[in-house]
Amino acid sequence: METTATAHHDAHAHPTGWRRYMFSTNHKDIGTLYIVFALCAGLIGATFSILMRMELQHPGLQIFPFLAQVLDGATKDTAIDAAKNLYNVVITAHGLIMIFFVVMPALIGGFGNWFVPIMIGAPDMAFPRMNNISFWLLVASFALLVISMFVDGAPGMKGFGGGWVMYPPFSSLIGTPGPSEDFVILSVHLAGASSILGAINFITTIFNMRAPGMTLHKMPLYPWAMLVTAFMLLLALPVLAGAITMLLCDRNFGTAFFDPNHGGDPLLYQHLFWFFGHPEVYIMIIPAFGIISQIISTFSKKPIFGYLGMVYAMVAIGAVGFVVWAHHMFTVGLSLDTQRYFVFATMVIAVPTGVKVFSWIATMWGGSISFKTPMLFATGFIVLFTIGGVTGVVLANAGVDRSLHETYYVIAHFHYVMGVAAVFGIFAAFYYWFPKMSGYLLNDKLGKIQFWLMFVGVNVTFFPQHFLGLAGMPRRYIDYPNAYAMWNDVSSIGSYISAVGVFVFLYAVYDAFAKKRVAGDNPWGEGATTLEWSLSSPPPFHTYETLPRIVGADH
Amino acid sequence: MTEAHARPNHDYHLVNPSPWPILGSVGAFTMAVGGILWMKGIPFHGIKPGSYIFGAGVLLVLYVMAAWWTDVIREAEYEGSHTRVVQISHRYGMILFIASEVMFFVAWFWAFFDASLFSGEKIEYLRYAFTGGHWPPKGIEAINPWRLPLLNTLILLTSGTTVTWAHYALLQNDRSNLKKGLILTILLGISFTALQAYEYIHAPFAFKGSIYGATFFMATGFHGFHVIIGTIFLSVCLLRVFLGQFTPKQHLGFEFAAWYWHFVDVVWLFLFACIYVWGSWGGIIEH
Repeated sequence: METTATAHHDAHAHPTGWRRYMFSTNHKDIGTLYIVFALCAGLIGATFSILMRMELQHPGLQIFPFLAQVLDGATKDTAIDAAKNLYNVVITAHGLIMIFFVVMPALIGGFGNWFVPIMIGAPDMAFPRMNNISFWLLVASFALLVISMFVDGAPGMKGFGGGWVMYPPFSSLIGTPGPSEDFVILSVHLAGASSILGAINFITTIFNMRAPGMTLHKMPLYPWAMLVTAFMLLLALPVLAGAITMLLCDRNFGTAFFDPNHGGDPLLYQHLFWFFGHPEVYIMIIPAFGIISQIISTFSKKPIFGYLGMVYAMVAIGAVGFVVWAHHMFTVGLSLDTQRYFVFATMVIAVPTGVKVFSWIATMWGGSISFKTPMLFATGFIVLFTIGGVTGVVLANAGVDRSLHETYYVIAHFHYVMGVAAVFGIFAAFYYWFPKMSGYLLNDKLGKIQFWLMFVGVNVTFFPQHFLGLAGMPRRYIDYPNAYAMWNDVSSIGSYISAVGVFVFLYAVYDAFAKKRVAGDNPWGEGATTLEWSLSSPPPFHTYETLPRIVGADH
Repeated sequence: MTEAHARPNHDYHLVNPSPWPILGSVGAFTMAVGGILWMKGIPFHGIKPGSYIFGAGVLLVLYVMAAWWTDVIREAEYEGSHTRVVQISHRYGMILFIASEVMFFVAWFWAFFDASLFSGEKIEYLRYAFTGGHWPPKGIEAINPWRLPLLNTLILLTSGTTVTWAHYALLQNDRSNLKKGLILTILLGISFTALQAYEYIHAPFAFKGSIYGATFFMATGFHGFHVIIGTIFLSVCLLRVFLGQFTPKQHLGFEFAAWYWHFVDVVWLFLFACIYVWGSWGGIIEH
């Protein structure tokens, strides 16, 4: 037990037992809740991806007819149709889970809650009670999503299979008359409310609670990343809330927002959705930018190269990220001038992104690098993110996108850039900060085994999908022609390799808690200069009884 | 302060553990499940429980709101937790909340402009067939903006001045004028809502089955909902004034109610200019 936190209020002193977490107003406890939640949801989401890869390993139907009989109660006669539907329900849930219940809770709610206040020298978040409802709304939201998979959706089917983007008319009464889509809509509503409240909390904390002497331009890059992310959340999510509210009204109250028969416009939904959706992909990756910057600097034993450039590159990505949304809609019939603008604006984002990648490399250049597990994941992140980034530039061309839209090339692109890159960011952060959060060291050898399994696994999974996409294999189908068999087989094997890596990770966590190797205040040595390494591991319940004073120019 | 010796060496407010967030989430979850059961009319053992479950969720959420904000008021009024720096946090929080609300309205204006500016887009031929290529769509009789809507505009603008009157009175510690200004603002808010309800009942077009009705009623409806929230917010402030709360130096609850009120006022001006005036321009106007 921590003994450094003096009791200033009776109830404050040490909430214990279940109340400590259920009623928590402590940023570290809430951060822990988020990380555990993201881990559980991540195992479910990863299971879904393995199911998909098992299904797609060979042409023809493999496991989903059986799953449909077990889960949806389909008979032998209806199993094939039910399997097709269930496959689409699983891809939909996989997308929503990975975005809203894994990457965002881990990178923003989890590590953000834990380390933003500590790194800026604040004793807690600005609104500790509101922090708690951000977490619990997410649990309610997840419960609604799980329910949606088991109630009526498309005629005669269970669950909503219209993809995480929920385009009408697939998501309107025509495609999904059952209540499953209503559950998904309200699930996203609650997740959105949770994120908006969290965003308000982060922005206020960072603007108003920095320690004396920590000007914005001295603030470490992870809090900076969270600041940019929080602004994007604050401005993007309400628009999504509007879009899905329209959908809800179209479905239940007879409005005509997306129904062209009564003057509505299905493309309106896509515009509103991607006005949220494109910032959302930066919301998922910018926190990882911040984490990677801290780690690269720590293990290169150098301050980050081009600190201000790194800061304003993130700000630029955040700002420009709001005006590129229609590059997701190149095939819907936009005018050529509109397409030209969105091609150009999208390519502009490659500039600040390049600033970041080159600055990470320049930070490592001439540094005395130690390749501990967090550093391995961080360098792996740079490789994966860069591969995904360059295929993004390819897809930004409206002409090229004519043939690549809705193919596995897109799948490969976004899994590299915000799927596995963000997950590598999570693992990098976990290996980097676990000693600080728990007080125990993870086994570095197990970590390296996990890294190599996952690095090989994700590349074997996703790189062949570029070939499949270029050959024209469309997304969101349970089956494919024999011509695509080989690379699908390879891709599936890659996913199994990654899955082994996940088990190694779980064992490494168990091992750390079982062996209890004491970490000490700073296990990473002189390169770790941010405030969290000046505290005990784990830090006191209320981190700073006296605020630290920041002098000098270190960030 | 009796416990000053034991307080940490900073001015931030470390909030005590609280049951309200998790109860609020339970309430939101109950509302969602009940709402869907209700909307879809799903029966269980012969009865349709949706409306009851939804109602229970609403009650729980309202209870949590009341309890949570009672805690906040207690911390501010009696425990001295809202130091200067904490008050700055609260200001940031309210401004950011209003910013997110603005973006919510962006979605509804987007829907309106998508339909009204591009009603003549021939590539969307089904919509073109419905609207006849112009806005308001063919067969739609629009509300005359220069009657009730103009009156409502004047009411809201006036209420913006009365709330400022109340604010200045509060700053001068003139409690009697504070009460007068607040009561007038609340009465103006209620009259706005009443006139809006009258306008809805007598509207010459329907909510269902037309993009005109959909954009009009959802945009103005969400605004009306915000007016009701703002009126409740101001009423809570009035109650607190009668309880002797708020000082000329510290009255964040009042300020935030006033900010919120100005926000719904500005949204209305955009609704009035875009949807009522411009959106009915050249169309058939009701008599």
